[in-house]
Amino acid sequence: MSKLGIIINGIVKENPTFVLLLGMCPTLGTTSSALNGMSMGLATMAVLICANFVISCVKNLIPDKVHIPCYIVIIAGFVTIVQLLIKAYAPAVDEKLGLFIPLIVVNCIVLGRAESFAAKNGPLDSACDGIGIGIGFTLALTLLGLCRELLGAGTAFNMPVYPEQFGALTFVLAPGAFITLAYLSALFNKFIKK
Amino acid sequence: MAKLENSLKNMVLSLTAITVIVGALLGYVASVTDEPIAQAAAAKQQNAIAAVVPVEGAQAGEAQKVVTANGEEAVIFPVTKDGQLVGHAVQAVSKNGFGGKITVMFGFDPEGTILGYNVLDCGGETPGLGAKMPDWFQKGAKGDVIGKNPKTNNLTVSKDEGEVDAITAATISSRAFCDAIAQAFGVLPVVEAAAEAQTSATKQAAGTSESVNEVAGE
Repeated sequence: MSKLGIIINGIVKENPTFVLLLGMCPTLGTTSSALNGMSMGLATMAVLICANFVISCVKNLIPDKVHIPCYIVIIAGFVTIVQLLIKAYAPAVDEKLGLFIPLIVVNCIVLGRAESFAAKNGPLDSACDGIGIGIGFTLALTLLGLCRELLGAGTAFNMPVYPEQFGALTFVLAPGAFITLAYLSALFNKFIKK
Repeated sequence: MAKLENSLKNMVLSLTAITVIVGALLGYVASVTDEPIAQAAAAKQQNAIAAVVPVEGAQAGEAQKVVTANGEEAVIFPVTKDGQLVGHAVQAVSKNGFGGKITVMFGFDPEGTILGYNVLDCGGETPGLGAKMPDWFQKGAKGDVIGKNPKTNNLTVSKDEGEVDAITAATISSRAFCDAIAQAFGVLPVVEAAAEAQTSATKQAAGTSESVNEVAGE
């Protein structure tokens, strides 16, 4: 598969949110607005690319029996680096997502791609897979956040679209996350998976 | 290169090597980001103080930590301009938020009139309801508390016979906000005499708020 093919595969055919249904906790938790969803997606993408690349480089130096602890240490290292960088240079993002960033460590997308892709492919292909899956995740989270924000608060990327009192508050709260996710997955699979 | 076999030596070596390398890398990144993180925190505090005591060219003085009537820690920053006291910024905590504690910074002028406020943490409040707190009580908004003095105005929600309009469907969050005002006002240096009266008022508010469901509250 070409590098571009791998990237597109991650965005469409193996979209982590709408097709693989992985990483549901941050998906539901951080998408109360489009901007939050996008920041979370980008942070995850950074970790995915770095972790996939490094794990693919060192995969032969790791004995099978300890591969999960080794992968987790590498992933946790990158997550902590991303967290420190966000805290230092984007305090506003940290305020919104502070709680969810450390949880990227246990995001099953990251470990899942390390296991199913990086452990079997070369470093460059693995980095491309990280980019593809990362873009897929970011797009999904942004779209989900945009729908919830638009229906719930009447804004898009914090810009008012219609008066707030006509919004259905449910969509900003947790139940709205499930409803929106289900509808978007259904639509996505109807039009793209075929 | 073939995969390393599962011998004890290999496992110990590879796991140790990876943790040592990752640890060293983290140590380096932490040492680089330490300063910007501290700066960001300090800048945030300065901005919060400047926002609640809107006096041109004013300087925030040494922070002073006190304990408020509800047993939480509050921080008082005297704000001066050309050596003259123009007000205080008080960061206070209310335990009665819908989802736990809320932290609000208030600006008071020397007489105790509220100049402004800045919600630093209302993470546990419901989005769209209690989380409207940062805007709801600002000047010109529905629950406007700016320019009022807890000494002369009864700053509790209208349901408790006060004169603050509660956030629609979020009475508990609004009560917590009023509680935070009371806590902050209670430790304000210039009005210590009023503190005792506030303490008893707060206890009453705390007693009633827990039994009411926030969403059904309005």
